Amino acid sequence: MESTIIRSKNFNAYFGENHVVKNVNIEIPKNHVIAVMGPSGCGKTTYLRCINRMHELIPGATCNGEMVLNDEDVYSMHPIFVRLKIGMVFQRPNPFPNLSIYDNVIAGYKLNGIKLPKGERDKVVEQSLSRAALWKEVKDSLHKKGTFLSGGQQQRLCIARAIAMEPEVLLLDEPTSALDPISTSSVEDLLHELKTNYTLIIVTHNMQQAARVSDRTAFFYMGELVEYDDTKKMFTNPRDNRTQNYITGRFS
Amino acid sequence: MDAPVEKDMMTRSSEIPMRVINSAKASEVVNTIKRIKRSYRQIRTENVFKKTLVIIGLVMVILVFGILLTLVVESLPSIKALGLKYLWGKTWDPVQDVYGAFPFLLGTLLTSFLALIISIPFSFAVAVFLGEYYPKGWLSDFLKNTVELIAAVPSVIYGFWGLAVLVPIVRSFESKIGVEPVGVGIFSSSLILAVMIIPYAASLGRSMIQMVPSQLKEGAYSLGATRWEVIRSVIFPYTKSGLFAGVLLSLGRALGETMAVTMVIGNTSIIPKSIFAPGNTMASVIANQFTEADKPIYVSALIELGLVLFLVTVIINVIGKKIISRFTNE
Amino acid sequence: MSNLVKYRIAKSSALKIFTIFLAFVCVVPLIFILLYIIRAGITKINWHFLVNIPKPVGESGGGIANALLGSMIIIGVAALIAIPVGILGGIYLNENKKSRLAYWSRLCVDILQGVPSIVIGIVAYFWLVKPLGGFSALSGSVALAIMMLPIIIRSTEETLKLLPDSLKEAAFALGMPFHRVILKVIVPCGISGILSGVILSVARIAGETAPLLFTAFGNPYISTNITKPMQSLPLLIYNYATSPYNDWLDLAWGASLILLLWVLLLNIITKLTTRRWKVQL
Ligand SMILES: Nc1ncnc2c1ncn2[C@@H]1O[C@H](COP(=O)(O)OP(=O)(O)O)[C@@H](O)[C@H]1O
Ligand SMILES: [Mg+2]
Repeated sequence: MESTIIRSKNFNAYFGENHVVKNVNIEIPKNHVIAVMGPSGCGKTTYLRCINRMHELIPGATCNGEMVLNDEDVYSMHPIFVRLKIGMVFQRPNPFPNLSIYDNVIAGYKLNGIKLPKGERDKVVEQSLSRAALWKEVKDSLHKKGTFLSGGQQQRLCIARAIAMEPEVLLLDEPTSALDPISTSSVEDLLHELKTNYTLIIVTHNMQQAARVSDRTAFFYMGELVEYDDTKKMFTNPRDNRTQNYITGRFS
Repeated sequence: MDAPVEKDMMTRSSEIPMRVINSAKASEVVNTIKRIKRSYRQIRTENVFKKTLVIIGLVMVILVFGILLTLVVESLPSIKALGLKYLWGKTWDPVQDVYGAFPFLLGTLLTSFLALIISIPFSFAVAVFLGEYYPKGWLSDFLKNTVELIAAVPSVIYGFWGLAVLVPIVRSFESKIGVEPVGVGIFSSSLILAVMIIPYAASLGRSMIQMVPSQLKEGAYSLGATRWEVIRSVIFPYTKSGLFAGVLLSLGRALGETMAVTMVIGNTSIIPKSIFAPGNTMASVIANQFTEADKPIYVSALIELGLVLFLVTVIINVIGKKIISRFTNE
Repeated sequence: MSNLVKYRIAKSSALKIFTIFLAFVCVVPLIFILLYIIRAGITKINWHFLVNIPKPVGESGGGIANALLGSMIIIGVAALIAIPVGILGGIYLNENKKSRLAYWSRLCVDILQGVPSIVIGIVAYFWLVKPLGGFSALSGSVALAIMMLPIIIRSTEETLKLLPDSLKEAAFALGMPFHRVILKVIVPCGISGILSGVILSVARIAGETAPLLFTAFGNPYISTNITKPMQSLPLLIYNYATSPYNDWLDLAWGASLILLLWVLLLNIITKLTTRRWKVQL
């Protein structure tokens, strides 16, 4: 019925000796929103960064196991291809401070040296900003620096920047944790819209958010994938004790 | 290493996003393929770039060892012919092929240490003023910039000014105290050097003093210590290794300083009888005699001076930098 | 008891005043030197002085055009060599914090910074002057470039160290290859810090004489051939300042003032760019 886009098998990640992601098995269906949940320090970010091979950029960080994108092993592809197909949005908005809003959106083309004709460039910018629900707010100030925007706008700019590259999967690492409630809800609305075109994997340790935005939820605890199920089922009827404790707030 | 990667990956249909294939627009597929080809070029450039960086890192090491090797090789004739007595030899007479470097070693040590002794109180005063008494404000900005400017003035200008202004003053001073009034010599060089090296110990000392944790100072103040007592019994002990490193770096500068010294030291190859006598330092002998050295052994003897100078300054600088990095990492 | 306290307080204030006194005495020689050079040099400088070459002994007048042009060429070529190598070196050190080669490389950069300039001059003599069969501006440029390297490398490294990691991650996450991440994102973001390091390095070597004594050597005429001896401002000052002729001394004073102004200008530019850089962060 639904095709799997990302599959990990016996996947492990380490920081030096520190075993941070332990033997994770997961299958992520196309065009769904997957929430990754768990207490802080349980390896959510690390796992996410393994998917598009950002993990290995940290000195001393290693990983093993199978990570497959569309039947192809991510770790036998060149990282550049992986990252072109799997976009990422970070916890803290990080637009390029030396570029305008316009250039930030097409940064993936511009900085990669991919030349687009002006018309197409404008189209990509408008389309990406509209999809990121930012177009109306910034269309008159496209040539201002991206760092002049508010935090929430910056984060949506970063989303626009990621989707401008037309990735197949978009990874979001607590995209709203640095934002105010209003910006948070506009980013959440956005996730719903994006689902039709992309597969979204969103890390959050906000349970309401997971419940609101996701189709499926993965619960991590101490580096292990404890439970992975339909979001509704997970929140109403968790199988594992630790999940139960977490969603009833008995951990923190 | 790069080629197989490319071939391997070109065959993978999945390089082309499913969406593109589904939409089945020929132009989009072509575009995507073009883009992928670009990416392979990028990967190759990436590898070249990474290698270039490593090579540059290697070049730095090669440069320093190259300098050492050149100095050693070129001074080998002198090392072989003269051996260790080169260092103790008291006469330097190229006409007779006698090469004793002792007058220059002594000249270098005398000028440098005299300069150091003169400049340290001033350096430390600047460091304490900027680091403790007045870390902010226009007055300290003024002092800081001025002291930095001292390091910016080219040494040939110090030398010229020394020759034109300082040497006559020293000469009249010498005739007053009853030594032979030559003006040029160790003493004049030390004075000029003292001014030139103030900034090094001062700026390092300042940053060290500013790093003293304020709890330590407050602890002493709360016990009723005066400002000076805090400086003497908290700040100085805490920063002493850093201040020492500053002095070392100043010394390194003084030992290697060439032009200003060359112009005012008098260029004499005999052992200076007093600090007012003319002399030569290792650096100034090289500057004065290198282009006129006409015999291989003469050139080689001069280079051996350069080798000694190089080794001494390297040791001093490495020790100084080690002390600083240990201090700042704590 | 209270007498003792009074004594301690008095001692503290006295030593404070003494420290301030000593600190400001440092300014005196510099002011003297600057004023003296300005007074001695200002009357010598005019258009004629800038566009003519020195006259032989006995004829008054003449200028320093050969030295000005020579200095520009020698420094320009040195910068051409040192800037790319230095910036790449700084990038290398910033990107490889832990490797063993980087450790040695960093140590060598530190060592290079402390090597006396006369030693660099000797080495450049054996690396270039001897093999090429004669003094040349190029060998002088190489000597100066070696002296610029540690300054550029260190300031590049320090600048890049201050940039947040998130910047690099954002770039990598867009599928940018390493060289583009560095050259299109990291370097542009740190450009003002890197530039001020470059200007500082030029300021440091603009007045260097010792490395040029046995390399560029000097030349009484205008020359633009970098494989031949060339005059430079510091060399001209050294040669003419130690000569016994008043005309030549005058020339040297004028040249000193110009060199001084040029070096001060570079230092001020460095200061301004550094300040702007700090505000931007
Ligand atoms: N850069 C790093 N270097 C070393 N250890 C790290 C690093 N980042 C995270 N860790 C460790 O990895 C574990 C998982 O971290 P992370 O994946 O960031 O957790 P989460 O995102 O779930 O809060 C933590 O215990 C943390 O200490
Ligand atoms: Mg996290």
